[in-house]
Amino acid sequence: MKKKPEYERPIITKINAGVTDKFGMRAKMPIISEIDGIPVNDLINKYGSPSFILSEQTIRKTFNDAKRAFTTRYPNVQFAWSYKTNYMNAVCKIFHSEGSWAEVVSGFEYDKALSNGVAPNKIIFNGPDKSKEDLIKATENGSYIHIDHFDELYELLNIADSSKKRPKVAIRVNMDTGIYPQWDRFGFNYENGEAWNALNRIMMSKKLDLIGLHTHIGTYMMTPTPYGVAASKLAELAVRTERKFNHKIKYIDMGGGFASKNTLKGAYLPGKDTCPSFDQYAEAISNALINSELDPNEMPTLFLETGRALIDDAGYITGSVLANKRLADGRRSMIIDTGVNMLFTSFWYEHEIYPAKEVSSHSEDTTIYGPLCMNIDVIRSVIKFPSLQKGDHYVIKRVGAYNMTQWMQFITLRPKIILIDTEGKAHIIRENETNDSLVALENVPDYLN
Amino acid sequence: MKLKKNIAVSETGFLFDSNTGESFSLNETGRKILQFLKEDKSEDEISEWFAENYEVDQATFENNLYDFFTVLQNFKIIE
Repeated sequence: MKKKPEYERPIITKINAGVTDKFGMRAKMPIISEIDGIPVNDLINKYGSPSFILSEQTIRKTFNDAKRAFTTRYPNVQFAWSYKTNYMNAVCKIFHSEGSWAEVVSGFEYDKALSNGVAPNKIIFNGPDKSKEDLIKATENGSYIHIDHFDELYELLNIADSSKKRPKVAIRVNMDTGIYPQWDRFGFNYENGEAWNALNRIMMSKKLDLIGLHTHIGTYMMTPTPYGVAASKLAELAVRTERKFNHKIKYIDMGGGFASKNTLKGAYLPGKDTCPSFDQYAEAISNALINSELDPNEMPTLFLETGRALIDDAGYITGSVLANKRLADGRRSMIIDTGVNMLFTSFWYEHEIYPAKEVSSHSEDTTIYGPLCMNIDVIRSVIKFPSLQKGDHYVIKRVGAYNMTQWMQFITLRPKIILIDTEGKAHIIRENETNDSLVALENVPDYLN
Repeated sequence: MKLKKNIAVSETGFLFDSNTGESFSLNETGRKILQFLKEDKSEDEISEWFAENYEVDQATFENNLYDFFTVLQNFKIIE
């Protein structure tokens, strides 16, 4: 029997002449029908819809691109994997196998790093919330403690009195790097002298080993220049410390904040065309350090805690269309099974979403909603999207950063996370939640039973 | 559903409304539906034809057809 032709739902689009831009529009939307060689349909049939998919090949390639950019420009470079960006154990272990240390910001993350086999003296402990117990543990273990505020500094001085070990510390410095908004909530301010003051108190106490200087200037930095400014200011602090106390700072930690290739809401051009490359960030930071007054024979190690830019590209969501409907003004809306509960970053990104099968060149203005019974559950408010039917599959790109740590169990259960290894084999690295796994944490008082 | 008299549809799916001067583009399914409307075919006849000639079941097609009619009404293409 002759096979009938493929069907596509009827589409009519108004032609708007005169309103155009110099960039033009691609007539046909590209598709993503497979991830690292595995067809999207197979992934959905086997692991359910929706699922997070991570590509180990992309993680390793991105890491090595970043490493090459810095190591070809600066003598001593050390990456530390930012746990909060994605602390799936499998993901952390990939970064550790590439030589990354761990950068953690809570007692929970600290213990996670230890259980992932990271040597305690290769853990950087950042963040404003470190309990006394956390600080004692980090001190005994010889981890690097980045001091965020004076209360923490005094707590550490007390701990140093009773501990046999000297805490290894760095101070976190915030500063004006020419960006808006200026981040000033982490650490001690440079311009008003607080950072220099903290540094003096540490040195004069003679109880702590000041080994580093740290800054975290912002997030999603769309220009590399502020990193150059920040590196110069930290280098200047290091030089002053050496002059006054004859004490060498062993490392300068530039924190994170490198942008990924995602497009921010309201941006005119796509992020993949506008965000700086690793080479541009590396150039700004290395130049600032090399051109500073630092002793060229004993340059401090450059630590980098970049998270987002290393993992975003490696993450995908595969899922299915739940329904199509018309809004009051006739616009098309499409409901998909990925909501803001699991795609937290859709609050600030225009996530790229693609069909998983061949489509025609006809697209309609579409609003893409998630499955939640909440008005805010919008994945894309306006996108030219081709016709997909209920049950058709889609792929959302660049979701590797923050979603697997900031996701919420809200209305629906969280799905599986799959890792495709470098051989193209898929592994479940986190099971989907079930009613039982959630209820296991609940208690109902006897009188209600 | 009746197509307005002032609507012209080309064989390639270009639609022109001579009353307003607006133009539209249709995909093949949309073009075929408008052709059937011009020939005064009923909704049932259109559905049957598509179910017979394309890889689609009648329920899915009808769902898409009524959605398409809503859009055509919005654009003031059908009466």
